[in-house]
Amino acid sequence: MVRPTAMLDAAVAREPDLVRITTAGSVDDGKSTLIGRLLHDAGAIYDDQLEALRAKAAAGATAIDLSLITDGLRAEREQGITIDVAYRYFATPRRRFIIADTPGHLQYTRNMATGASTADLAIILVDASQGIQTQSKRHGFIVSLLGVPRIVVAINKMDLVDFDQAVFERIRDEYGAFAARLRFADVSFIPISALTGDNVVHRSTRTPWFDGLPLLPHLEAAYVGGDTNLIDFRFPVQRAVRPDADFRGYAGSVASGVARVGDDVVVLPSGMRTKIARIVTADGDRDYAFPPQAVTLCLADDVDVGRGDMLAHPNNIPRVERTLDAMVVWMNEAALVPGRVYLLKHTTRTVKASCTDVVYRVNPDTLHREDMAQLQLNEIGRLRFTLFEPLFVDEYRRNRATGGFIVLDPGTNATVAAGMVIERKAAAPASSRESRPVGNVFRQPGRVAGAERAQLLGQLPLTVWLTGLPGSGKSTLAHALERRLTDAGRAAFVLDGDNLRHGLTRDLGFTPEGRRENVRRVAEAARLMNDAGLIVIAALISPYREDRLMAGGIVGPERFLEVYVSASVAACEMRDPKGLYARARRGEIAEFTGVNAPYETPEAPALQLESDTASIDACVDQLFAAVALKAFPPTA
Amino acid sequence: MTSDNYSLSVLRRLEAESIHIFREVATEFTRPVVMYSVGKDSSVLLKLAQKSFAPGRIPFPFLHIDTAFKFPEMYAFRDRVCAQMGVELRVLGNEAAIAAGTNPWDIGTVNCCGLLKTKALLDALKVGGYDAVIGGARREEERSRAKERIYSFRDDHGQWDPRNQRLELWNLYNGRIHAGESIRVFPLSNWTELDVWRYIAAENIEVVPLYFAAEREVVRRAGQLLPVGSKTRLLPGESTERALIRYRSLGCYPCTGAVESDARNVTDIIAELEVTRFSERVTRVIDHDRDGSMEQKKREGYF
Ligand SMILES: Nc1nc2c(ncn2[C@@H]2O[C@H](COP(=O)(O)OP(=O)(O)O)[C@@H](O)[C@H]2O)c(=O)[nH]1
Repeated sequence: MVRPTAMLDAAVAREPDLVRITTAGSVDDGKSTLIGRLLHDAGAIYDDQLEALRAKAAAGATAIDLSLITDGLRAEREQGITIDVAYRYFATPRRRFIIADTPGHLQYTRNMATGASTADLAIILVDASQGIQTQSKRHGFIVSLLGVPRIVVAINKMDLVDFDQAVFERIRDEYGAFAARLRFADVSFIPISALTGDNVVHRSTRTPWFDGLPLLPHLEAAYVGGDTNLIDFRFPVQRAVRPDADFRGYAGSVASGVARVGDDVVVLPSGMRTKIARIVTADGDRDYAFPPQAVTLCLADDVDVGRGDMLAHPNNIPRVERTLDAMVVWMNEAALVPGRVYLLKHTTRTVKASCTDVVYRVNPDTLHREDMAQLQLNEIGRLRFTLFEPLFVDEYRRNRATGGFIVLDPGTNATVAAGMVIERKAAAPASSRESRPVGNVFRQPGRVAGAERAQLLGQLPLTVWLTGLPGSGKSTLAHALERRLTDAGRAAFVLDGDNLRHGLTRDLGFTPEGRRENVRRVAEAARLMNDAGLIVIAALISPYREDRLMAGGIVGPERFLEVYVSASVAACEMRDPKGLYARARRGEIAEFTGVNAPYETPEAPALQLESDTASIDACVDQLFAAVALKAFPPTA
Repeated sequence: MTSDNYSLSVLRRLEAESIHIFREVATEFTRPVVMYSVGKDSSVLLKLAQKSFAPGRIPFPFLHIDTAFKFPEMYAFRDRVCAQMGVELRVLGNEAAIAAGTNPWDIGTVNCCGLLKTKALLDALKVGGYDAVIGGARREEERSRAKERIYSFRDDHGQWDPRNQRLELWNLYNGRIHAGESIRVFPLSNWTELDVWRYIAAENIEVVPLYFAAEREVVRRAGQLLPVGSKTRLLPGESTERALIRYRSLGCYPCTGAVESDARNVTDIIAELEVTRFSERVTRVIDHDRDGSMEQKKREGYF
């Protein structure tokens, strides 16, 4: 039987949809009261829960305190503050709502960002009796940064200002002017009293001058349908499904766009092309899949695909990036350390990355850009990351699913920041930083491209980073390799840690901090020389893994070759070319690597040389081969 | 082309989110386990786990923490359904406490839960070396649960610190842990009780018959209708009666109250819940012990 389309449409229209809302307001703007009022008037509070609130109300109090409904933790009830994001659920016949209730304290920018990350709409509270606070603007900014397309500014406590139209309009005009700079799809203003319920669920008789909808009807009517990206097909692979020899599929959720059986797809990063053979679900095969469906795709060819790969249509692929520009909300007590290695988690892919540039910090109250070398807790700024492996990204404004990422601290495992990918300024040469003021210093963009230099010199720049114990043979090998390369007609230069300590790094000690700064400076020098087209051979103890990762981040992972010159402490001590081990053993040198300071062995060096057993010549052969592979283009 | 529909119903969106979470856990952890409590949420979890890995098998075991105080119908259901579905089921409990006759009447519900549930759970997790523990808790259920993350970090004693939770943005979950620590995972975080029943209806999922109304023997005590189990002690002046009741939530019989209801099937239950004025946990005796008792239990390692 064929069902009339009209009937089907009606069925679809009647199906309530799910709308996710986040709330923001300063402390005491009445956010808890408002959410309590919404839940209460929408009938989402059960009688036993109300009874429990009544029991707690002070003796003699007539009305129950609606703000208590949302305080989930004992400390919150005792201190009367909201500590952490809570999620509330309620439904009307027209819609299902999930409300993220986020604390309004100054230090909780991060919670607001969390609530906003998944929201379709944000309610921003302003206390009519106080007017617009600095924080009200901050809330709007964060909400817009996280890509929430529409906001409702609920001007609360109208009862305290006698429901005065002039007060409402003054706040509306001032906030409206501010919000106009933030690219929202929709900004609405509603005069309410959360305490008395005016214009929350029902139209108030005390605001005859207001012709908009009360809050709940507004939330029920707000248009959110068009926010899903159905254009750019992106399928981040979660896992391969291979239950037996006959079935091979790739499980994941459609992040955006629509895929059909028979579509051509390209696998990133491999670039292999194939077709979608089947779209499998536990409930049978589908002809097409769209977000946020969780499906399993079978491909026509036997290509190699795994977790963290992404499928896209060949004529519409995401940016494949090793350098990422992003707006970042820093969310951890420990400030951002530029150059340090963090983990970026993006879709189903996690890569190592270091921040190579804090381009600017945004003052969330004025929206002005400020020059700043790092980001602290709850600060927002534009950062550039160097990625150790590529990510497949879209601009956050276009695609929340493939434009958002979180930053993890590999030591504490904490989630320390959230990032939103932004468009990169066109034609920035690879691994050079954009022109921007540092104090009064401006970067002057160059006129000679890296490719030109490479052609001129017949080589690609490379940094060979020799790490190992004192006496393991780093300097000897570095100079021998430089000789060999020069003899072969290549432009190479040694940066010897010991020599540099007489000049470039003369002021530094051997504490972990001193060593880190030493590594950073040498890495910056190597990068400059690479930019000039040279092959650099750095010989540096660089005992800490993290510092070496940082060096790779500064130089750029694609031109960084970590080489571990491996020799036992005993062997190095036997050689002791500079008599340093002997002095360290006598206690004359503090923090001597191998004796009284640690050396962290590289986990996966590009090359490991056994300088204990292999001859210098054999080691240099290996080094030369490794350099040739990366630095000498086949035609050169 | 134009006839294609690109919007998912609320239920299918929730389903998709849960499947996504299951797949993340299976891929990012080495030893995940699903907590199986035999209730309706567990039945839904089981269904979602199957869907997540079809046509393959569920790549992790299910764990039931037994207190020896569950309803007889629950044991029968558990063993039959798990065998039928080919689920690898592990049953563990605090054997010493059970042997010692631990019960809520003598030591109170707080201490009883602490021994039979929380300690049993923490021991079982330690023995199993599980790094991800999937549970069916929903944020809508209870106010401290409203503060839970989907990936909820636990220290090496299984404890929850609500003031120090990891931030959770988009659907990017942070599952990185040090040895000994674990993540509790809640794929049903965004589901409501009604969603659970609507899904049970849509997917024709089997649940323990105790959810459906029938004449059952109960005793009225402190405003609750309590079942009469093999070890139930009647207080002076109390007598049992037969009433048409059902259970909205299932736990240990000494601490689970019934509701008077004539909802004999899933459709009836959905109709009943659409108009009820009482929350799901009103029948759980243990939640009311003191203000914040669920929060306290969660801090100590309970689900
Ligand atoms: N007069 C008046 N007071 C309100 C209104 N809404 C909230 N309040 C009061 O403002 C105070 C702070 O409210 P609360 O909801 O706890 O604010 P929160 O910190 O934003 O969650 C409480 O004393 C509320 O009773 C309102 O519409 N009118």
